[in-house]
Amino acid sequence: MFLSSLLEGLQKNFTIFLANYPALLRGLAVTIYLTIITSIAGIILGTLLALGKVYGNKFISGIVTAFIGLIQGTPLLVQLFVVYYGLPVYGIRLTPIAAALISFTINSGAYQAEYLRGSIQSVSSGQLKAALSLGMTRWQGIFYVILPQALRRVIPSWTNEFIYLLKYTSLAYIITAPELMGEAKIIASRNYEFFKTYLLVAFIYLILVLVFTRLFRRIEKRFAIPGFELKR
Amino acid sequence: MSKHLLRVENVYKRFGDNEVLKGISFQLDKGETKVIVGPSGTGKSTILSLINMLVTPDEGHIYLEDIDITRTRDIHKVRQNIGFVFQDFGLFNHLTAKGNVMIGLTKVKKMKKKEAEEIAMEELRRVGLENFADHYPAQLSGGQKQRVGIARALAMRPKLILFDEPTSALDPELTGEVLNVMRKLANEGMTMLIVTHEMGFARTVADELIFMEDGVILEQGPPEKLFTSPEHPRTREFLFKLTDLYNEGER
Repeated sequence: MFLSSLLEGLQKNFTIFLANYPALLRGLAVTIYLTIITSIAGIILGTLLALGKVYGNKFISGIVTAFIGLIQGTPLLVQLFVVYYGLPVYGIRLTPIAAALISFTINSGAYQAEYLRGSIQSVSSGQLKAALSLGMTRWQGIFYVILPQALRRVIPSWTNEFIYLLKYTSLAYIITAPELMGEAKIIASRNYEFFKTYLLVAFIYLILVLVFTRLFRRIEKRFAIPGFELKR
Repeated sequence: MSKHLLRVENVYKRFGDNEVLKGISFQLDKGETKVIVGPSGTGKSTILSLINMLVTPDEGHIYLEDIDITRTRDIHKVRQNIGFVFQDFGLFNHLTAKGNVMIGLTKVKKMKKKEAEEIAMEELRRVGLENFADHYPAQLSGGQKQRVGIARALAMRPKLILFDEPTSALDPELTGEVLNVMRKLANEGMTMLIVTHEMGFARTVADELIFMEDGVILEQGPPEKLFTSPEHPRTREFLFKLTDLYNEGER
């Protein structure tokens, strides 16, 4: 019932979409761009942090732990403001998009590091021992034996992280980044159709989430190791 | 000095307050098969880990030919020459049987993929698993997994292979296929140091038996001597008990 009235509403609001689709598509493109770049950069940062935490010496592991704690313990919006409004105090001026990219990458990296750390530690220690016994160095063992297994196991967590990012990038409108939510705000302030416009945007986000969730399920299946498939 | 392939000299190892090895010495010649037996928790597996430097000794020396492996800075090179077969197989779960045998060749020996593949298939054939090359570990039985583990060790062309209770994690009906492969290797002249509770196998395959208890070697010699006229009463007690328990039907 809710769904049908929702669809009915959306039908009416299709006119809003037609009237504004260039701006909405631009916003959509920025949203997808922000999400894809920051999740990939986040994976790289997260992998480095996780390796530092698990295999680094006390010093490195301590620094990484403190960094992750700091990022996870503060709101994303505050981090965004520190980068965008705070850094100019030290002469570093960033465009809204650049500021969003940096803060979302750092934030996502910290969360992704924790997912991967758990995943690395769930690969049995016998695997590294076997790698060493073949004459591999520790780092060879980590890269050729531990990481290929750990990265596969972490795909479901990364799917969630990607979906979070997709939604959290809407915060970037606050620092005037022209992503989907930002465009919607501009449109709504012109046509005064707040409810219909934001409903339309909500629907677009929902579609995005569903599409990417599907896509990641496929990727997960593609990389599954026989005998270690995820049960759903 | 002597021409032993492996010399273990007066090795001590403690974990915390627990002194696991208290002055272990023995040698292994090229082509020889020695089996270490003894009650659980007497440090048998620790000796194997020490020889592969997966654990470092507190005192003593271990020589592989002329190299003191307790002092060498290039332990990765040394480990290429020493195969290790694990109780829990230690197969890499994300690789096929062939991939498991190849990875040491391509990543450690930097061999071309094609050449590595040929050797891998040759070794899988040697353990009777050429038809299972594309199976992942989870798709293999325990006995098959362990044979892949042996093929992986063999592919590196090691000077000796260490076997750490290779059949202990297997169902009884699967131990035979693994022991048969090992027996074949012994006949082909592979140098092997084996920790096992399979007394029938030890008696028929070993050139020499090493009986250990509480971190010391109580007695070593040809298996027939240890089985029929052991010098130490503990040897007799242990070997008889185990023979009764495990191998009534085997010989």
